[in-house]
Formats: sequence, structure tokens, C-alpha cells
Amino acid sequence: MLSNDIDILNIANKWKNLGKKVAIATVIQTWGSAPRGVGSKLVIDQDGNFEGSVSGGCVEGAVINEAMELFEDSEPKVLEYGVSNEMAWEVGLACGGTIRIYLNELK
Amino acid sequence: MKKELLEKIIESYANRQSIACLLNIETNEEIILKAGEKTENEDLNEKISECIKLDKSKLVTIKDKVYFIDVYNPPLKLVIIGAVHIAQHLVLFAQGLNFDCILIDPRQGFANHERFPDITIYNNWPDEVLDEIDVDERTAIVTLTHDPKIDDVALKYVLKKNCFYIGSLGSKKTHQSRINRLKGEYAEEFLNRIHGPIGLNIGARTPVEIALSIMAEIIAKLRG
Repeated sequence: MLSNDIDILNIANKWKNLGKKVAIATVIQTWGSAPRGVGSKLVIDQDGNFEGSVSGGCVEGAVINEAMELFEDSEPKVLEYGVSNEMAWEVGLACGGTIRIYLNELK
Repeated sequence: MKKELLEKIIESYANRQSIACLLNIETNEEIILKAGEKTENEDLNEKISECIKLDKSKLVTIKDKVYFIDVYNPPLKLVIIGAVHIAQHLVLFAQGLNFDCILIDPRQGFANHERFPDITIYNNWPDEVLDEIDVDERTAIVTLTHDPKIDDVALKYVLKKNCFYIGSLGSKKTHQSRINRLKGEYAEEFLNRIHGPIGLNIGARTPVEIALSIMAEIIAKLRG
């Protein structure tokens, strides 16, 4: 059962224990109607496996791509997706809100 | 995030300890603060305790510095009085929503681990054990026996507690008799806290449907 962020962090910890690179994405701010609240988490491993969510499935793909880049350069980053953002249109943040996400690697 | 920090968050959750993970967005420094633990910045401390209290993570700016306060509160608690058929379904919904379930029923034939695996069971009268359960503002309580001998004892205990939800099974008539019994001892403002008949009105008929309506009402009260 994956119904809260602790379960998701447990999975991140498990992946790390298996020696994988792991990234944690956290929603840190939202404007307008956003499907997942502040604090919601998505965890991603180096193979592209993921658990949790930061939206209703709209931007997860883009965040996973960002995570793959993060595994190369290792610098935490703040991502923003919204109606004014081309990427969000592309990936389809259909809800019309804007979200800001903090993405960093589990070290 | 450092792995040891992540492990500390997981451990605190298991130990039912409220914490906040404080992230400085510019420096990427992260620290963990237990509820009540202070930083050197008074304004920041105030924000952190507010976030923990409201159970809300938040981005804050203090003196041009941007921090993310990520709150991890222990699970909500559901105290169930009466190990009846509805309770068996209610536990499944509540566990899916990450509630800690505690079952109280002095009747061992009803309240046992055969019928209720994986939850805390007390084969006691409610007033014998409610003290040790710590009924707080993150606790919901439901009485399901519709036997005044058991239900009323629990209601009398929780009516003046801070729990966020109180619900009692029984028809309108049963509920009215319940109110009449308690009215001598408790003011209306306390009695009005009891949701009775219990559950959102979704026309539920079977035990599992009634359990769903109860759980929906608990969430409505929590988030509404």
C-alpha cells in the first residue's frame, strides 16, 4: 500500500540500500489548482523506476528526465511547471495550476 | 538529502514523533528538528511550530532567506469501540488511509486477532484503557456496539477530549436516546460533537458500505 510519503521514502531508502542512485522530488509550492499538495513526493532511481507523485501524472515524465540529468551533475535544482511554461504544455499540466518542485539526490 | 537524514525521518515516524525537515533552498543544507526543538532564529521557530501544528509543509521567506519546512507528523489514530462486522471493514479502509487502528471491546469472542489481524486490541472496558491510548487532536473515535454499557462509557471519556471526530452507530431514535442519557452530565456543545447517526448519507446498507460512509465522514471532518 503506497498511500503516503513515508512509504515512498521507505522505497527510496530501499533502492539506495541496493546501491542505486536515487533522486527525491518534493512539491515545495503550488499556485492555482494543483493536484498534489505541498510536501508530496516522487522518488526515482537510476533505471527510471519511480514511486509516488508530484502531480496527477502530468509532469512526472519531465521530472524523471530531470532526475536522469541530476544523476550526472549531482546539483539539487528547483523546477517549475505551469501554464506559462512551455514544458508544462508539452507534458500537459492540464489542471491549469503552477507547481514548484525541489529535486535532489539521496546521498 | 543525506541518507542518514532520510533514515531519521523514517525512524521518527515509526516512533510516533512529530518532526520537521528544514531545507535552506539556496545552500541546500537540511536539518531535522523534533517538535519543540529550536533554531537560533525566533521567526523561523514560530513558522516551524505552526507548520507542525497545522500538519502542513510550507515554503517560507525569513530575512531574505528561503526555507522549505517539510512536516512529518505521526499517523492519525482511529479508536474503534466495538469489534462488530462493520469494524472489520472500517479497519481495512482506515489502514489504507494510514491510520493507526486501536480496537476496544471487552468481549473476547468479538475482539481477537483472528477477526482483526495486525491491529492493537484491548479486551477491556473503554474507561480502563482510554487513558493510556492518549486521545489527542489527531484521533478519531467511533462507537459501534450501540450498547450503552460499552458506548456511553467511551463517549463520556472522549466528549471533553480534543479528538477531531466522534461518531456513534445507531438509528436516529437510538441516537436521541443516547443524547437523552448524556444530557444531564454534558452541555449541548459537547453532545453536538457526536456524529449520529454515524457516517455520510450515501444510502449505505451493507456493513462494508456503512464502513465506507463512516470513513468518508472522518476524512470530511479532517479536511473540511
